Amino acid sequence: MSILVNKDTKVICQGFTGSQGTFHSEQAIEYGTMLLGGVTPGKGGQTHLNLPVFNTVAEAFDKTDADASVIYVPAPFCKDSIFEAVDAGIKLIVCITEGIPTLDMLVAKEKCDRAGVRLIGPNCPGVITPGECKIGIMPGHIHLPGKVGIVSRSGTLTYEAVKQTTDHGFGQSSCVGIGGDPIPGSSFIDILGMFEDDDQTQAIVMIGEIGGTAEEEAAAFIKANVTKPVVAYIAGVTAPPGKRMGHAGAIISGGKGTADEKFAALNDAGVKTVRSLADIGSGLREITGWEGS
Amino acid sequence: MNLHEYQAKQLFAEYGLPVSKGIAVDTANAAAAATAKIGGDKWVVKAQVHAGGRGKAGGVKVVDTANEAKAFAEQWLGKNLVTYQTDSNGQPVRKIFIEACADIAQELYLGAVIDRSTRRIVFMASVEGGVEIEKVAEETPEKILKAAIDPLTGPQPYQGRDLAFRLGLSGDQIKQFTQLFMGLAKLFTELDLSLLEINPLVVTAEGDIHCLDGKINIDGNALYRQPKLRQMHDPSQEDDREAQAAKWDLNYVALDGNIGCMVNGAGLAMGTMDIVQLCGGSPANFLDVGGGATKERVTEAFKIILSDENVAAVLVNIFGGIVRCDLIADGVISAVEEVGVEVPVVVRLEGNNADVGREVLEKSGLNIIAANSLADAAEKVVVAAGSAT
Repeated sequence: MSILVNKDTKVICQGFTGSQGTFHSEQAIEYGTMLLGGVTPGKGGQTHLNLPVFNTVAEAFDKTDADASVIYVPAPFCKDSIFEAVDAGIKLIVCITEGIPTLDMLVAKEKCDRAGVRLIGPNCPGVITPGECKIGIMPGHIHLPGKVGIVSRSGTLTYEAVKQTTDHGFGQSSCVGIGGDPIPGSSFIDILGMFEDDDQTQAIVMIGEIGGTAEEEAAAFIKANVTKPVVAYIAGVTAPPGKRMGHAGAIISGGKGTADEKFAALNDAGVKTVRSLADIGSGLREITGWEGS
Repeated sequence: MNLHEYQAKQLFAEYGLPVSKGIAVDTANAAAAATAKIGGDKWVVKAQVHAGGRGKAGGVKVVDTANEAKAFAEQWLGKNLVTYQTDSNGQPVRKIFIEACADIAQELYLGAVIDRSTRRIVFMASVEGGVEIEKVAEETPEKILKAAIDPLTGPQPYQGRDLAFRLGLSGDQIKQFTQLFMGLAKLFTELDLSLLEINPLVVTAEGDIHCLDGKINIDGNALYRQPKLRQMHDPSQEDDREAQAAKWDLNYVALDGNIGCMVNGAGLAMGTMDIVQLCGGSPANFLDVGGGATKERVTEAFKIILSDENVAAVLVNIFGGIVRCDLIADGVISAVEEVGVEVPVVVRLEGNNADVGREVLEKSGLNIIAANSLADAAEKVVVAAGSAT
């Protein structure tokens, strides 16, 4: 088992013929992802990377019976692309694009929730189940099929965690980049719950950042619901508090959101926290008692 | 992107919201002339900077004569205003805003933000207006009244009425507040705001609702569809190097330490700063070169990092991922040569062809130290910075 995606996941790509869509689709195909085609309005009927191109997501869904769609469309058009995928009947949407206006995401997230669609991202590396299915921009070769579930708000920090769990020989069940935007499609809690229910996942690595209260909420969830060992790292201990304007941001968060508060909440939930990014692998070894390589 | 108070109030006025008559000026003589144009016998003069806490810092004054307005402008124009929300250098004052002085019966607070937890635009109101509002929120959160906007159906008048009644307003004030609430919600969504604040919102001696201050923060991701707001951008309120970095899509924040950092990815950049500090060093900056760590961007990043004379060593930490590390190594070498980097540069490359990349760096003959791991890189750069000072 794994979470979200596996070797049987049928995938289509929105923004298929663009430079990003093309490059990362090639990588995904090479990795073994079951990519069945893509969507570029106006290019329907053509063939790209030996796969069919469709004008609409509805048509692509009809012809491929896709489970998931990955979006590489430029930011100004992403809200429309997400809506199109939801209305077409896609149940898992992975949006890689960064720079989407926050108000667009408020509406897109609400739309997905009401339709029962799982949205991952935006502004994220994507989702991978090593050896089976890669949806996104992460380098496939650093991954190793295994037993650690990784969930992260940051792309390159995810790669660090992946590399360390690979170097220690633990491998990954699935890795999910939930993205660093203020309004992500999926939260830590959503993914932690899936890892808790997944047989293949024996331990969890969670990587957060300063800002917002997603890590504090995750800590409360872990305390109540997660029985598997969790290692957490929060980036931004040394980041200076930004120049502030007014009080509204501080009022809404009730003074939460600093790295120290996040570490404290996670420690209180029984999570093994590491202060150095380089200690994620050794932290896992310590909390699980695994030998590793 | 932040706006000045005078710009925020200009937008409020365009949306038909109650603000005082006011004029923004950039000379002392114009300040004096503005009092005559506005009329009346009492005015508020305010230094325009992107920070709160101006009143306590002396940046706001009530004046009775044109000469006093002129003197205030002479005192502040061209100077920096330091408030508890700025750094120790403060923010430069380029404009003074002069407006008619309202008689205040009661001070309220009204703000709106995008709340990440509930994924809604949330309005917050309180009878406890003024600068102590954060303390109010922390100690007596029940005094902060909230209204969340449904993202699909938008704001509804009943939500404004509800806030108004709970604020203890009465009579025509209920209608005025509801109109203000609906107008601000419209402005928030149409102009892609991320934060809006009126502190204080006042009830005047005549019993009317009036916006005495205005703070607006715009979602940078949405500026492409807000051409009018883009023109309101004031680069004088930003750090020069940060502005230069933004031109190259580099995300740079200046700090006080002596170790320059160049990293791809914001999370990894923060993680790198953290590990430098854990090793006993002090980062000089945060810099995210983004996904495409090309030679041109690396070169610009070096220029920006080295324009900070405190920098005694530079740490380059790139998790190449799909990009080939030997190509990044070439980019770093030509950037170091082109910029003429004189401080030691520690480079950690990870990803495709990382071994080849390290070899290329070692053989370059330049003052480049290749590191094997993140921890190794942090230790080496802290040593290098120490020996260079």
